[in-house]
Amino acid sequence: MGKKRARVGRALIWLFVIGALLAGVNQYSVHQGQGSWAPQLALDLEGGTQIMLAPLTEEGAQVSTEQLNQAVGIIRQRVNASGISEAEVTTQGGQNIVVSIPGVPDDATRERLQASAQMEFRPVLTVQPAGDGQQSPETELPDDGELLDEDGNPIDLEELLSEDPEGEGTEGEGTEGEEPGSAVMNATDTEPSDEPTDEGETPTGDPESTEEPAEEQEPTDGSDTAWITEELAEEFMAFTCDQVDRSVPLPSDRAVVTCSTDGTMKYILGPVEVWGADISNADVGQASTPQGVPTGEWAVNLEFNSNGTAGFRGVTERITNLEEPRNQFAVVLDNTVLIAPASNAVITNGQAQITGNFSQEGAQTLADQLKFGALPIGFQVQSEETISPRLGESQLQAGLIAGLIGLLLVVVYSLFQYRALGLVTVLSLLIAAALTYLVITFLSSTQGYRLSLAGVTGLMVAIGITADSFIVYFERIRDELRDGKTLINAVDSGWKRALRTIVASDVISLLAAVVLYMLAVGNVQGFAFTLGVTTVIDLVIVALFTHPVVQLLARTKFFGGGHPLSGLDPHALGAVYRGRAKFRQPVESGKQSRSGKEAVRRQTIAERKLAATKERDS
Amino acid sequence: MRSITQFGNNLYTGERSLPFVAKRKLWFGIAIAIILICAVGTLLRGGFAFGIEFTGGTEIRVVGIQTEGAVAETEPAEEILTEELGTTTDFIVSALGQDGLRIESASVDNAQTQSIVDRLADVYGVSSGDIASSQIGPSWGADVSRQALLALITFVLLAAIVMAIYFRTWKMSLAALIALVFDGVVTAGIYGAVGFEVTPAALIGFLTILSYSLYDTVVVFDKIRENTAPGSAGTYYENINLAINQTLIRSINTSVVGLLPVGAIFFIGSYLLGAGTLRDISLALLIGMFVGTWSTIFIAAPAYAQLRKGETIAEEAKRKQERGAVV
Repeated sequence: MGKKRARVGRALIWLFVIGALLAGVNQYSVHQGQGSWAPQLALDLEGGTQIMLAPLTEEGAQVSTEQLNQAVGIIRQRVNASGISEAEVTTQGGQNIVVSIPGVPDDATRERLQASAQMEFRPVLTVQPAGDGQQSPETELPDDGELLDEDGNPIDLEELLSEDPEGEGTEGEGTEGEEPGSAVMNATDTEPSDEPTDEGETPTGDPESTEEPAEEQEPTDGSDTAWITEELAEEFMAFTCDQVDRSVPLPSDRAVVTCSTDGTMKYILGPVEVWGADISNADVGQASTPQGVPTGEWAVNLEFNSNGTAGFRGVTERITNLEEPRNQFAVVLDNTVLIAPASNAVITNGQAQITGNFSQEGAQTLADQLKFGALPIGFQVQSEETISPRLGESQLQAGLIAGLIGLLLVVVYSLFQYRALGLVTVLSLLIAAALTYLVITFLSSTQGYRLSLAGVTGLMVAIGITADSFIVYFERIRDELRDGKTLINAVDSGWKRALRTIVASDVISLLAAVVLYMLAVGNVQGFAFTLGVTTVIDLVIVALFTHPVVQLLARTKFFGGGHPLSGLDPHALGAVYRGRAKFRQPVESGKQSRSGKEAVRRQTIAERKLAATKERDS
Repeated sequence: MRSITQFGNNLYTGERSLPFVAKRKLWFGIAIAIILICAVGTLLRGGFAFGIEFTGGTEIRVVGIQTEGAVAETEPAEEILTEELGTTTDFIVSALGQDGLRIESASVDNAQTQSIVDRLADVYGVSSGDIASSQIGPSWGADVSRQALLALITFVLLAAIVMAIYFRTWKMSLAALIALVFDGVVTAGIYGAVGFEVTPAALIGFLTILSYSLYDTVVVFDKIRENTAPGSAGTYYENINLAINQTLIRSINTSVVGLLPVGAIFFIGSYLLGAGTLRDISLALLIGMFVGTWSTIFIAAPAYAQLRKGETIAEEAKRKQERGAVV
C-alpha cells in the first residue's frame, strides 16, 4: 500500500512538474520580452488581412517544395521591405503561400506581392556600403551568420584557386577581401584565360570617379563605366536600400541601382548578361584546386545551358582581369543582389564554382536559390480575406461563451451520471484546460503559434473527447465492481483495461490530427493542431491526474464504503457482498432462467463450480 | 440515475440484451435506406450548395449596425449592390446574427469592393473598419478539396493499418471502415439533401467526424477484442453482442458529453454570429457525432459479426496458433 501511495504521489508530482516547466519557460520568454501570458490570436480573431498566393511558373509547371520555399523567402522579403510590421508569411498545404497582415494592405503592397520574381546576372560597375538605417528588417541572406562580421560587412573570403589567373590587378584586392561581396567564381575545369579582354583603361568603379565619364560616351560593353551617367551616379549616391522596388523587374538593357539582399551594400550594375533561366543546375560540392585536390571547403557548382555558357564565357573573358569591383558578377534575384562573386578565371565550359567560406548549409541555400530561383515565379492571389477587429472580437467572444456553456453542461451531466465521481471529471477537465492554456501560450510565445477560430473550435470538441477517457475509465471501474471486486482492486484492474482502450482510441485521434495538420490547407491546420495537442494532454491528464486521484479516493470511507452518492455504490451496481469486502454479481438469483446464456458464460470457473455445488446442495 | 445504473447492470451481466447482432439485417437495411434517402434528396436538390470559397466570389460582412432590436434591413444593401454591379441577380444579402449583414456576390475587383464598402458604411452608419471583405479565386476551393481528399485517403489508410495491427485482425479494420463510409456518405448526404452550405469550415468538421467515428468504434471494438480473446467461451455473435451491450452506457454518455459542447457552439454560433466558421464546423460535428455513434453500434459491430459468421473463437485461436507455428 505504501508503495502504491508513493506511486500516486509521484504521478501528481510529475503533473505538477510538467505544468511548472511550461509556466517557467513561458515566464522566461515573457521576461525576455517576446512572450506573453495570453496566446497570440490569428487574423480571424484579431482582425487583419490574409492573402493567399499561389506561385505560378511560366510554363505552368507544378511548383516543387524547394521552389515554394524559395518563393516564401522572396515574398517575405517583399513584405518586410514594404515596412509592414508583424506580417507573417507561411506555406500551406505544400502549394500556397499565406501572407497575414494586420490591417488592410494598400494597392502598392498588393501589386508588390503579385509581381513575378526572376533571376539575372549583371556585371558590377560600382559598389558601396549602404548607409545607416536602411537595413531591411529581416535579412534573408542565408549565409549571413557566417559571412558577416558584427558591422554587417562580409568577412574575408579566401581565394581558393591556387593558380593565379593570368592578368593583373584583381588578385591583390580580391583575396585580401576588405571589399564586400568578395566571394570568388572559379572555373571548375580551369582553363586559364588566354586573352583576357582587358577593359582596364576605363576608370575604376570607385564612386567618386563615377561622375567623370563623359555623358555622351556610348557604353561599349556591360562593364563600361560609361553606363554610369551623371543622373545614375546621383541616384546612386542618394539611394537607400528601402527604395528597392520589387514590383517591377529592373530594366534588363541598361545599368541599374540596387542593393544587396541583406541591405548592407548598394550597387550600380550593368545590363543583364545572363538570365537565371539559363542555369541548368546548381549543387553543393567540395571546392578543389585545379589539380583536383579537395580543399575541404564548401563550394557551389553552377552549370549553364549552351545559351548561358556562351554568355558567361563572354562576360568572364571581359571582367576577369578588370579591377575590383568590376571583376565582380552580381547574381540578382527579385531585384536585389544575392551574391556578387569576383571572377577568377574565364569560364568557357559553362561550369563555374563559387567559393567563399560557406558553411555547408550556406552553400546549400545558395545552390537552392540558384537552382530554383532560376525559373521566373509569378504569384496569383487565390483569396483575400479581411476581418474587421470588431468581427474578430465578437467571434472570439462567441467561441468563449459557447465553450463555457458547453463545459457547464458537461459538468452537470457528469454529476448527474457519476455523482461524486463526476467531480473528478470536472476537476480533470479544469486541469486539462489549464494545461492546454499553458501549452498554447507556450507555443505562442516560443513558436509564434496563433490561435484561430478553428483552433478554438478544436478546443471545444476536445472537451468531449477528453471527457470520454474518464467515462471509459469510470465505466470499467463499475464493470469490475459488478464482477464483485473491492473498489481498490476494481480501480486497479479497471485502469489497466481502460488505459489500453484510451491509448488505442487516442492514437486514432492523434493520427487524424497529424494527417490533417500535414496535408490540410486553410483553417484546417489550426483545428488539427489544437485537436492533436488536446489529445496528448488527455493522455497526460488521465494517467497523471484522474487515475491517481481515483486511487486516492478509493481509500476514503466515502468512496471505498460505497456511499450511494459516490457513484461507485456496489449495491446499486448489482454486486453482492460475499464476505471479506468482496462482492460478486447475483448470477444465481431467481432471474437466472431469463438472464440467458451470456450471464452464465460470464461466470468464472470457480463461480460455476460454486453454483453447481449450491445446486447439488439444494 | 437509479434506472440508468440498473439498466447498465443488466446490460453488463447480460440479463438484458439488446439484439444488435441478431437483428443486423434490419440495421443494415435501415442504413441502406438512409443512404438512398440522402442520395435521392441530394439529387432532387440539384447537388451540393457550395459556398463562395468553392465557387469563387466576393463576400462582404457588415457588423455592429444599430438596429434597436430588430434584424438589420437588407434593402439598402441590395440597392447599393444593384447600382454597383448593374444586376439584381448576382448577389445575395442575408442577415448575420442580430446586428450584421452578409453579402455574397460574384467576383468584384478591389476598387469596386472598396466603393461598395464605403457606401455600405455610409448607409448603415458603421465605420468602414467594421466591414470585412473576402475575395476568393475560383481555384481556391478546388485546392482545398483536393488537399482534403488527400488527407482523407491518407488518414483512412493509416488508420486501417493501425487498427489491423492493434486488433490483430483485418476484419475489424474492414468493419470499422464500412461504418466510416456510412458516416461520410450520410453526413455529406444530409448536407446535400437539406442544402446546408458546403464551406471549408464544414469540410474541417467533416474530416473531424470521420476521426471521431473511428475513435468511437475503437473504444467499442476494444471491448469486443477483450470479450473474444482466445480462451473466451461462446461464439463471436454472442460475445460481440455482449460487448456492444456492455459499452452501451458508455456510448450514450460519451455522445451526450461530446454533443453538449458542440451543440453549445452551434447555437451560440448561429445566434450571435450567423453563418461562419463556428456554425459550419459545429453543424457538421453535430450531425457527424450522432451518426458516428450510431454507426459504431448498428453498423461497425454487426458488420464485424457478419465477417465472423460461422467462426468460433476456439477455432480462430487454433488457426492463429497454427499460423504462428508455421511462421
